[in-house]
Amino acid sequence: MRAVDAIMECLKAEGVEVVFGLPGGANLPTYDALVDSEIRHILVRHEAGGGHAAEGYAKATGKVGVAFGTSGPGATNLVTPIVDAMMDSVPVVFMTGQIRSDLLGTDGFQEADTIGITMPGVKHSFMVTDAEDIPRTIHEAFYIARSGRPGPVVVDIPVDVSRAEINYVPVTEVSLPGYQPNIDGNAKQIRQAAKALAAAKRPVLYVGGGVVLGDASEELRALVASDRFPVTSTLMGLGSFPSEGTQWLGMLGMHGTRTANYSMDQADLICAIGARFDDRITGKLDEFAPHAKFIHIDVDPAEISKNVPAHIPIVGDVKSILPHLTSEYRALGADSARLDDWLAQIASWKKEFPLTYNDTDDSEIRPQYMVEAVYEATGGNAIICSDVGQHQMWTAQYYHFPEPRRWINSGGLGTMGFGLPAAMGAKVGCPDQDVVLIAGDGSIQMNIQELAACSQEGIDVKVLIMNNGCLGMVRQWQELFWEQRYSHVDMGDFPDYVKLAEAYGATGIRLTDKSTLVDDIRAAIATPGPVVVDVRVTEEENVYPMISPGMPARDMVG
Amino acid sequence: MIADGSTSETLSLDDLHASVGVRSGRKHVLSILVENKPGVLTRVAGLFTRRGFNIDTLAVGPTDDDAISRITLTVDGALHPIDQVTKQLHKLVNVLKIRDLEPGDSLARELALFKVTVDGAQRAEVMQICDVFRGKVVDVSKESVIFEVTGTTEKITAFDEMLKPFGLVEMMRTGEIAIARGRDAT
Repeated sequence: MRAVDAIMECLKAEGVEVVFGLPGGANLPTYDALVDSEIRHILVRHEAGGGHAAEGYAKATGKVGVAFGTSGPGATNLVTPIVDAMMDSVPVVFMTGQIRSDLLGTDGFQEADTIGITMPGVKHSFMVTDAEDIPRTIHEAFYIARSGRPGPVVVDIPVDVSRAEINYVPVTEVSLPGYQPNIDGNAKQIRQAAKALAAAKRPVLYVGGGVVLGDASEELRALVASDRFPVTSTLMGLGSFPSEGTQWLGMLGMHGTRTANYSMDQADLICAIGARFDDRITGKLDEFAPHAKFIHIDVDPAEISKNVPAHIPIVGDVKSILPHLTSEYRALGADSARLDDWLAQIASWKKEFPLTYNDTDDSEIRPQYMVEAVYEATGGNAIICSDVGQHQMWTAQYYHFPEPRRWINSGGLGTMGFGLPAAMGAKVGCPDQDVVLIAGDGSIQMNIQELAACSQEGIDVKVLIMNNGCLGMVRQWQELFWEQRYSHVDMGDFPDYVKLAEAYGATGIRLTDKSTLVDDIRAAIATPGPVVVDVRVTEEENVYPMISPGMPARDMVG
Repeated sequence: MIADGSTSETLSLDDLHASVGVRSGRKHVLSILVENKPGVLTRVAGLFTRRGFNIDTLAVGPTDDDAISRITLTVDGALHPIDQVTKQLHKLVNVLKIRDLEPGDSLARELALFKVTVDGAQRAEVMQICDVFRGKVVDVSKESVIFEVTGTTEKITAFDEMLKPFGLVEMMRTGEIAIARGRDAT
């Protein structure tokens, strides 16, 4: 069998339905095999678009995304999605073509050291030198990408290797002696954690993207229901717990709610579940949660005590640990009345410090209102994607995510240009759901070429550009921390997004009136095919509240 | 606290202590078994670069199994929490086993070569120093001598200090290798 046909067999065996990519000289054999394969291929217009689309697909479906690229520039264009997938623990297999083995190291045409360039940003990578190794390598790549803490895996195959004939024998299991992710948490530690929760008078459950990645939302809700534990979530964890109700504190961190950050600041016990104490969460580390003891549940042992020392570390899969923790806690029969004062305090913070913004009576659209309008227009039922910047934070604050995998954004790396291709991938993975991208006018231009792929393939994404004519988050920081010396943040009135949408074969709409916004957005989402909506919003609006960089959480401003 | 009524069921948050993430303040010798595949040393070294860890010495060599190599590296535990270093190393798929060798339970040795320009009277003196350190003369020319010394890092550093006044041209050190004491394998 041709090695490339074996690749298709392996992808099929891994359940791959779709691949995002772009062909070139060094992956021509693989593309030839795609012709006769049942696997769908989406031709992207830039490899980065393909990489982010594979991420969006993976984030929306929970399956492993796949992106193809050729050697040299094809592979270097994939570097951003690879690192993005690493930072947000997204399971994606990146398959790159490489130049002929005999030319390796000679600076041959379109040669780049793909393995070397991507090494610091991958969970693992493989350079295949013997065609007979291809099937085993592909299965190992998928296994590593999806298991333990998920992440990106690169498989680089020289073109002469992929052109070879091999004796294909289906691989049924992989063996990686140096890779054994820990799944079950230590029973004694889980018991200890339950006791700590029972002893705590001011507990907070601090949940992160790990709960979404581990499909443990139900298990989390069961733990929360076992008592009246207050819950806060990171940007990446939104949706793992419904964004409403008395136990919901709102998102925490730099642009989180005061209630969430004050709760962390005053807590006597913080139970971190699939979260990693990122600097955007802790603010000034020395003054983070000064009264708290920490339970830390994570599948990656290296996250435990990396930033904040854990008192009760539990290494394993949240989906398997949380039910144990819940039943251990229930067995203790803790007196829920001990939480009365704490919940009263939280209720008073929520009352005193709700998320607010200054709206006016004119027709001007405030960006926060735009997100509220999207929430109303979608009934909270769409898959919402975003790019990176102010619009991302406002979406996190004002769209109340009811379920996991409904919120797709680039958290760790903060990649502008992530949104459109990710929305494309999400729609391909979830064709029956509305997929709405809330983009910034800065971010959208970084991968706008994928509108062509959406139009050509009939991928029905609805792009709502929160257009304030500038790089809003940078403008905000220049206003607040650089004495309003605005340096290169003005984007002007370019391009004309309505015309641009039409040029790409999509529907273009411009919205400027607040009074009809909800209906207009609803109508735009109901319009068949890809739609681009240029929503003109207030330019000088800031994301508040905010923990200023390097400051403790209790000193929030705005 | 209700539960089964036994006092062992209760826990006070004040009794909880975090013991990880501390800096040991001493040198650590990490003996790491890795798969003998291309690029593995780059992955290990790259990890140190990316995480901002310093490698003090590094020695790589074969083991009795062709498929496995051993990397011995030393890290300053005053600069980095050693558990974070080892946990990050464990995440590398090609890393099979890591042992943080305790100084009392292991033997560490380094090989060093010293080239000194000496003549006449001084030559006898440096030869004597070499004898004290149980070194060997491995090359002699009219104007220079090369010594070979093995021993702990401290011993080699001490020999280096002794030779400096005598016109030391250059020195080569291998970095430490180490082995666990007792009958079990490292």
